[in-house]
Amino acid sequence: MDFVRAILALPRGASTVADEIDLLHLFVISVTMIMSTFVFAAAAWFTARYHRRHEGQLTERVTASRLHESVVIGALLGLFLLWWLIGYRQYLELRKEPEDAEIVYVDAKQWMWKFAYPDGRTSNDILTVPVGRPVKLVMTSRDVIHSFYVPAFRVKMDVLPGRYTTLWFEAKEPGTFPIWCAEYCGVSHSLMRGEVIALPADEFARWQESGAVAKVESDCGRGPGSCGGEDLVSRGRSVAERRQCVACHTLDGQPHVGPTWSRLYGSERLLTDGRRVIADEAYLTRSMMEPSREVVAGYREVMPVYQGLLSAGETAALVELIRSLRNGPLESSGVALPRIEITNVKDGGGAP
Amino acid sequence: MTTMPLEPSSAMPGSRAASPTYLGVDTTIRSWLLTTDHKRIGVLYLVSMLFALALGGFFAMAVRLEHLSPNTTVMSAMAYNRFFTLHGVIMVWLFLIPSIPSSFGNFLLPIMVGAKDVAFPRLNLLSWYLYMAGSAVVLVSMFVGGIDTGWTFYTPYSTYSPTAIPLALFGVFIIGFSTILTGLNFIVTTHTMRAKGLGWLRMPLFVWSIYATSIIQVLATPVLGMVLIFVVLDNGFSWGFFDASRGGDPVLYQHLFWFYSHPAVYIMVLPGMGVVSEVVTSFSRKNPFSYKAIAYSSIGIAFVGFLTWGHHMFVSGMSRFDAGAFGVLSMLVAVFSAIKVFNWTWTLKKGAIALKTPLLYIFAFLFLFVFGGMTGVAVAAMSLDVHWHDTYFVVAHFHFIMVGGTLTAFVAGLHYWFPKITGKMYSERWGVLSAALVFTGFFATFFPQFLLGNAGMPRRYYTYPPEFQALHLVSTVGSWVLALGMMITLVYLLHAIWWGPPAGPSPWGSRSFEWRTSSPPPQHNFTRTPSFELDPYDYSRPMPEEGE
Repeated sequence: MDFVRAILALPRGASTVADEIDLLHLFVISVTMIMSTFVFAAAAWFTARYHRRHEGQLTERVTASRLHESVVIGALLGLFLLWWLIGYRQYLELRKEPEDAEIVYVDAKQWMWKFAYPDGRTSNDILTVPVGRPVKLVMTSRDVIHSFYVPAFRVKMDVLPGRYTTLWFEAKEPGTFPIWCAEYCGVSHSLMRGEVIALPADEFARWQESGAVAKVESDCGRGPGSCGGEDLVSRGRSVAERRQCVACHTLDGQPHVGPTWSRLYGSERLLTDGRRVIADEAYLTRSMMEPSREVVAGYREVMPVYQGLLSAGETAALVELIRSLRNGPLESSGVALPRIEITNVKDGGGAP
Repeated sequence: MTTMPLEPSSAMPGSRAASPTYLGVDTTIRSWLLTTDHKRIGVLYLVSMLFALALGGFFAMAVRLEHLSPNTTVMSAMAYNRFFTLHGVIMVWLFLIPSIPSSFGNFLLPIMVGAKDVAFPRLNLLSWYLYMAGSAVVLVSMFVGGIDTGWTFYTPYSTYSPTAIPLALFGVFIIGFSTILTGLNFIVTTHTMRAKGLGWLRMPLFVWSIYATSIIQVLATPVLGMVLIFVVLDNGFSWGFFDASRGGDPVLYQHLFWFYSHPAVYIMVLPGMGVVSEVVTSFSRKNPFSYKAIAYSSIGIAFVGFLTWGHHMFVSGMSRFDAGAFGVLSMLVAVFSAIKVFNWTWTLKKGAIALKTPLLYIFAFLFLFVFGGMTGVAVAAMSLDVHWHDTYFVVAHFHFIMVGGTLTAFVAGLHYWFPKITGKMYSERWGVLSAALVFTGFFATFFPQFLLGNAGMPRRYYTYPPEFQALHLVSTVGSWVLALGMMITLVYLLHAIWWGPPAGPSPWGSRSFEWRTSSPPPQHNFTRTPSFELDPYDYSRPMPEEGE
């Protein structure tokens, strides 16, 4: 593999998907080289073999037989479709995150990357991940479109304002790998670089306990998990309270004005227009930003639009809170959680 | 002598002296500015677009120069961003899109179908004025803030960019109308003005490719016009169609933009394919290996090309299903291009080949276009695109198509039809030399960019990590060789206009219809009603003995 990468000028293949992608790369590029050389050589050979002997020379009329044409077309189409098939299978793998992936929230802005870990820590431009465990990034942008690109992992995904995109990878060797913004985003686009630091499991555990990542208090409220010690779930609770989400949504499974958040994440929702969607991060975000677009069957279209009201950080915290309730309220798992006081709900239900 | 087959009764020697060439009929500036002659309009376009090419080339050279060193070399980041944007905007809209159809298409299509002019000559002139007006607006925007969004104008960056976005987009919007009018003219001309006896399957292949291009121009350009107006409203008046913070959708912009701009790639390359068909058959004195395959694949490209735009958006967050569908459709469109390539190559077999400058350029085209096309197939293999998207690999890929394909075909056409347009012959020796320089320079400029892309270098980067410098250096030096080749070409062609020897009606011995009239053609293209008994590609029997 190292030889393949050397001749193709590819960077290290440090993720689990890199090897098979690079092999397809080699296959496709070799055939490309061979075919263009072949066409050129055929043209050169014909030119030498059939050079013009005198002006006004006549040529015999030669036309392609149907068989000849169909064989060429069939062979090319077969080859191209084979490439597509392999490529698409790999693409699906790239786009389908493993269920057990660790989540990191990414908030991009001109011209920096901000990473927020579920334990509440944040870092700028440096993403620390464990080796040998899948990591899923849930990404949004605060301004224009950026694109999160780690060449060594062969992954890239646009980071969009107003919606969430996801990307996953699993580093298979420790090291430091550059992150580049691949979507042109303004004057300092080429300075929007960062690094992924992949640590072996034991070092990663030590890093998690070290508190080595700065928690800047002045940043509080400006990004996911930016308020320091608090983890994203508890931050999600305070956001849910402050933004009055809990006036209509319960956290413990009780029916109310809007659907409960308990066991919501990952479930299939039937919409009023008959479509079915999976309540993933993207759906949850859309439901906050454009609630009327996908109303769940059995509910009325009463939710206000939160587009422009919720910051990216608040959205991330709410999504993380809903994710944490995917197996029902956490109380059953024995973890004590702060109680949410709900004041303006008629039946007074709600908080665990 | 003329090789045009004439009606026996009308073969009157000396009657052509009474009909001056289109150049000689009137020489005042006013006669050029108010002309409705398709040939003169073609020349007007040709001259204006050569200026656009030079200007776009200047920006390209500046961008390459900046990359000589990893950090600042000659300009600031803001200047760099404006320069690559202007390079793209000028090359795409002022040069590549109108290049072959508006110049050679205008000049030749009516002659090739045996008509006196296009269907709507005055609309034809209007389209040139619209092109000039739109270009002027784009150029003015250069001096009042420039634009720094890249030629793709992605929202919401273009919504907020403080540069002269509305003005530049308005310029492109105007040019769009010029494209539509030209396309409309060609469609109507091809349908209604073919000479008696000239059926669809006997038209020169160049006409087929221009016809297919025109269909795309007429159908796709309005979408571009609409989307550009939306961006102008967003940027200038805060309407928020594509601005997430106002409830708009930035990705919708990408769908609409590429709905035009992917077919636009075929607007750029299909006419080039038409030139290849003409040059290959002329210089090999051979019928095309399969006329129908080449003709119908043009139409196939025109239609399937409309269904592949999503392959520009594999990493935009589009659904997995949609991405897969766009991937497989992109593979289909590649097959049409491959059919053409094999047909051109096998046309050479058993021909009588004279390796002159235009054919040299066509050989360069074949190699570069196959390489560029196959890397296009490579990026449609979707997992590979994830790595390559927005890197130099993509830059190299589309430059292989746009420069290695379209520009090479344009220069081939320029040499091939130069005797027809000017009536003069250029120096073959200089032609061969500059063809070699252009090919070498091109390859040295863009091949290293594939490797840069593999290594992960994103495009539109003002500064880059130092380990990429060697490849950038090769690329920049290559661009100098390419520019030198182009400048030599300009010099000897200009020289030939004044001092070149007379070319005669058909210096290449071609039997295609445009060579059956004098060079330069008379004002109304033919001195007599042309008859097209002999196929444009029939070299199997001697030309009927006719004429003076």
